[in-house]
Amino acid sequence: MDLLIRGGRVIDPASGRDEVGDVFVSEGKISEKKIKAEKTIDAKGLVVAPGLIDLAARLREPGYEYKATLESEMDAAVAGGVTSLACPPDTDPPLDEPGLVDMLRRRAKALSRARVYPVGALTVKLAGERLTEMAELAEAGCVAFSQANAPLADTQVLWRALQYAATFGFAVWLRAEDRWLGRDGVAHDGEVATRLGLPGIPSFAETIALATLLQLVRATGTRLHLCRLSTAVGVDMVRAAKKEGLPVSCDVGIHHVHLSEMDLGYFDAHCRLEPPLRSQRDRDALAAGLADGTIDCAVSDHTPVDEDQKQLPFAEAEPGATGLELLLPLALKWGEERKLPLAAALARVTSEPARILGVPSGRIQPGAPADLVVFDPQLLFRVVPEALRSQGKNSPYLGYELAGRVRATLVAGNVVFEQP
Amino acid sequence: MQRNPQLNASGELQHLLSIEGLPREILLQILDTAESFAGVTEREVKKVPLLRGKSVFNLFFEASTRTRTTFEIAAKRLSADVINLNIAVSSQSKGESLLDTVANLSAMQADLFVVRHASSGAPYLIARHVKPHEHVINAGDGRHAHPTQGLLDLYTIRHYKQDFSRLTVAIVGDLLHSRVARSLIHGLTTLGVPEVRAIGPQTLLPAGVESLGVRVFHDMRSGLRDCDVVVMLRLQSERMNGALLPSAQEFFKHYGLTAEKLALARPDAIVMHPGPMNRGVEIDSSVADGPHSVILPQVTFGIAVRMAVMSIVAGN
Repeated sequence: MDLLIRGGRVIDPASGRDEVGDVFVSEGKISEKKIKAEKTIDAKGLVVAPGLIDLAARLREPGYEYKATLESEMDAAVAGGVTSLACPPDTDPPLDEPGLVDMLRRRAKALSRARVYPVGALTVKLAGERLTEMAELAEAGCVAFSQANAPLADTQVLWRALQYAATFGFAVWLRAEDRWLGRDGVAHDGEVATRLGLPGIPSFAETIALATLLQLVRATGTRLHLCRLSTAVGVDMVRAAKKEGLPVSCDVGIHHVHLSEMDLGYFDAHCRLEPPLRSQRDRDALAAGLADGTIDCAVSDHTPVDEDQKQLPFAEAEPGATGLELLLPLALKWGEERKLPLAAALARVTSEPARILGVPSGRIQPGAPADLVVFDPQLLFRVVPEALRSQGKNSPYLGYELAGRVRATLVAGNVVFEQP
Repeated sequence: MQRNPQLNASGELQHLLSIEGLPREILLQILDTAESFAGVTEREVKKVPLLRGKSVFNLFFEASTRTRTTFEIAAKRLSADVINLNIAVSSQSKGESLLDTVANLSAMQADLFVVRHASSGAPYLIARHVKPHEHVINAGDGRHAHPTQGLLDLYTIRHYKQDFSRLTVAIVGDLLHSRVARSLIHGLTTLGVPEVRAIGPQTLLPAGVESLGVRVFHDMRSGLRDCDVVVMLRLQSERMNGALLPSAQEFFKHYGLTAEKLALARPDAIVMHPGPMNRGVEIDSSVADGPHSVILPQVTFGIAVRMAVMSIVAGN
């Protein structure tokens, strides 16, 4: 269907374009030519931007359908303006076999909402012992390989896994956390954990693992994407690694640029996240690192958790927060706090993750896929459980008002979500 | 930041969850009320009718004999009906959730829940979900807080030392895992004790413990110098040999309280311990049973303090 989005503020972070104009869509792609549109979306007073690309969103299938289903979470994605997402391999069973990956992709495709890019398991069952058949998994559609939140303790296996991935040119996405130092911890090992009597995860659980990973990248040349950076020292280390020319990129969870250990308040289990919310100094360094490009992109780290698993004492509650529908408003909030141009803020959730994923979307240019979001950057909405389409209602932002209401989402030129 | 969940809209004590965040006036009100009850516990008829007709549920998700018993005695002396539930071996093992258990007991017309739980923060979760007329008293949650123990420690200190504003108090041993230490530190700093010392090896002190307002000593002898009050903490046996400490013997040698080390404190120093004691691990018998020890009076005061807390929250 040919379509016209008329009179919006068109922002293309990749080129820096930011002007009022029309966007034409033809045959699923952005078109240069003025076409005779069968449908027109009036975007006056609204922003037209590339659809968001989220490098970490758990869809909970297969295995955790009681927490969320592909259908509910794909609805949440497009309602949040997310048109592409990468899902980590921590399903049950984990994404360690081509058949599972194939099934997930086909189920996702049949729903024809957001594009789904599975991230395969780096080791069988994520157990950190045997390598998966990475080449087979890549053929089935895996875009990278990861351990999700299961740190690989055995450095021999880690080294070999990185070597093997490098052989085929596969990217490896890992979160830096030393398994032993992080063991039993549920909160940042700082003042708040000391006060609340919660077992801590020290900052050096991240930085020691990060030093190991960077050293192995030097040795193997593997393309490494570092997931969910959480410490100020970690940001400095990544900055130095990039300056050195190492093939590393990096993301941060969108909650971690806004919240800190202080937000745990009186044991708020919605603030139990992985990695833990750290000190205000860490939070500020993450927000600054995302602005100066040390951190390439922000992700939702979407983790739907059922209410029963959050209505528990803090340490027993399941970690994670819902995020697909909050990624855009929280990215806008971050951009505004840093006084960034809208294009620069949006780059962190569109063109930059597209570059890491190696996909042609994430831009508004002729010939690019017509994956678009139309949103009202001013209109406030209240985050309440009933307003969230995700089955996961678990958010530290429940009750807050955020700006950035999605009005329409397009994937491959099809309107997959629309609301007044 | 949410409103302090322990206080009601008029700033009175609705629940007792932690000493942290309680104003000095409330702490003093509890200590003064406890003092008025001390007489009751010495009478021949040890009862007052303040909680007559009220039901107190002792919810112990973690085993404890001593604390549960003192709460039970305190409630009975206030004429309440007491129901003891040892949940560690009942519904939790059948898979019932914490909040379901509480909802069920609430349906049986409870007025006051006394909660002991192995997880830090569990009483906060319960307090968020009980009915407005129900009250929660934390009887120890994980490593977080044990406010009635902290209050009875404060009561004991006031009983022997009167004025908080000139004291030096040392807390010795495993502060990392100790809810008793956290509660006592908050109480002492709120009541204006000028110097609170934390004495222990690095492995048993939590990260940034100075932020609680204590001065850290790794050498016990220098830490004890000129102290008015010495509080010894219990060392759990599972922590004696492993990555935290090599052995109980080595711990005793460096951090056990002996008469010789106690001599460095002030001549009129008092020695406290929340119990149960490991003689020969954190404290030598000659000190535990010696003239400076107020360990048994602590237990007696504990009943009056728990009576005070129960009568105050139930009255608000």
